[in-house]
Amino acid sequence: MPQIFHRRTDGLVRILLASGGLAIVALAVVAYFIDRSPYLTGQGAVPEQPVPFSHQHHVAGLGIDCRYCHTGVEKSPFAGLPDTHTCMSCHSQLWTNAQMLAPVRDSLERDIPLRWIRVHKLADFVYFNHRVHVTNGIGCESCHGRVDRMPLMRQAAPLTMQWCLDCHRNPGPSLRPPGQITAMGIEPASEARAATSGHTLLKQYAIHTNRLTECITCHR
Amino acid sequence: MKAGMPAVIVALMAVAACGDSMRDQPRYDPLSAAQGWPHNQSARVPPEGTVARDDSMAPDPQSPPTALSRAQLERGRERYGIFCSPCHGGSGHGDGMVVQRGFPAPPSLHSERLRAAPLRHYYDVISGGIGRMYAYGARVPPQDRWAIAVYIRALQLSQHATVDDLAPGERKALEKQP
Repeated sequence: MPQIFHRRTDGLVRILLASGGLAIVALAVVAYFIDRSPYLTGQGAVPEQPVPFSHQHHVAGLGIDCRYCHTGVEKSPFAGLPDTHTCMSCHSQLWTNAQMLAPVRDSLERDIPLRWIRVHKLADFVYFNHRVHVTNGIGCESCHGRVDRMPLMRQAAPLTMQWCLDCHRNPGPSLRPPGQITAMGIEPASEARAATSGHTLLKQYAIHTNRLTECITCHR
Repeated sequence: MKAGMPAVIVALMAVAACGDSMRDQPRYDPLSAAQGWPHNQSARVPPEGTVARDDSMAPDPQSPPTALSRAQLERGRERYGIFCSPCHGGSGHGDGMVVQRGFPAPPSLHSERLRAAPLRHYYDVISGGIGRMYAYGARVPPQDRWAIAVYIRALQLSQHATVDDLAPGERKALEKQP
């Protein structure tokens, strides 16, 4: 019986098999990173808004507290967006002719709400609750980043499940005393400091860390 | 063909997981758009005269309904910082940051007239606004309005205290200072 395959075929098949396996692994690795890339998570995205509202100006420049506008943040799952009336508390007197604010005046005049574009969007199967976070020691900055340095609102965090779990597994370092929830520029505590202050705060807020990673905490 | 079947099935399963129906469920999120509703939004404005389930039906009392407490004062200080200090300033002199940027200055909270005003006056002004000050009733619930009123009174006392108002221990400490 004559040889059907060339003697080098053996090696060729091995190479093909090996590279096929490598390709599958590479594909998985690429898929893993694409899935977590800003392209898919939206991290760093700056959606265009009807009015180019600057958090930097209002937070860092004027020192206005987050809760002046986001009034629901301490009592409801949704932080709340300010109505036009809130904008006009100051802008009835300030920058009254600014072209930039024309949509705000138009909204007031015609009694039609401004249509802000949502920057931080979670999947519908995640039940995020602002109240439970800000009344239990998590500052705005932990998820929204340095809002006081954002001329235009940007999605600071990847908002992936892994990112949520990073904190849910070890919330101690991110905890703040009640008076510093809306403060900006507070670094998470080091592990060493978290061991003391974080532990005290965990107790103070009565946070049961063993429940924070249960599915039903976020998915229901 | 038969050998390729497992691969085809795996590929089909992978594609089947790509739908976004779980991510975007057919429901309204707060303030989301809702066709056919007024203003094209799901959020509704309650009818005139609606009273929240846990709200009192009684008319607003003339003075704080709860006894003065340290917690109430602290709450008042926090809420004053959030809602009032941008214009009225941290100490109530009417020199807040927004005033420094051109908003007409409000009267100082330390004037004779305002020091003599009853707490209910502050409650009413927060609720309904006055002059160029917009109403804050929608943003500041009643118990917080009272807390702010009480804190304003504390601010006024802080600017008009005399040495005689100090407790003996505090007075001694003050007199020791060079």
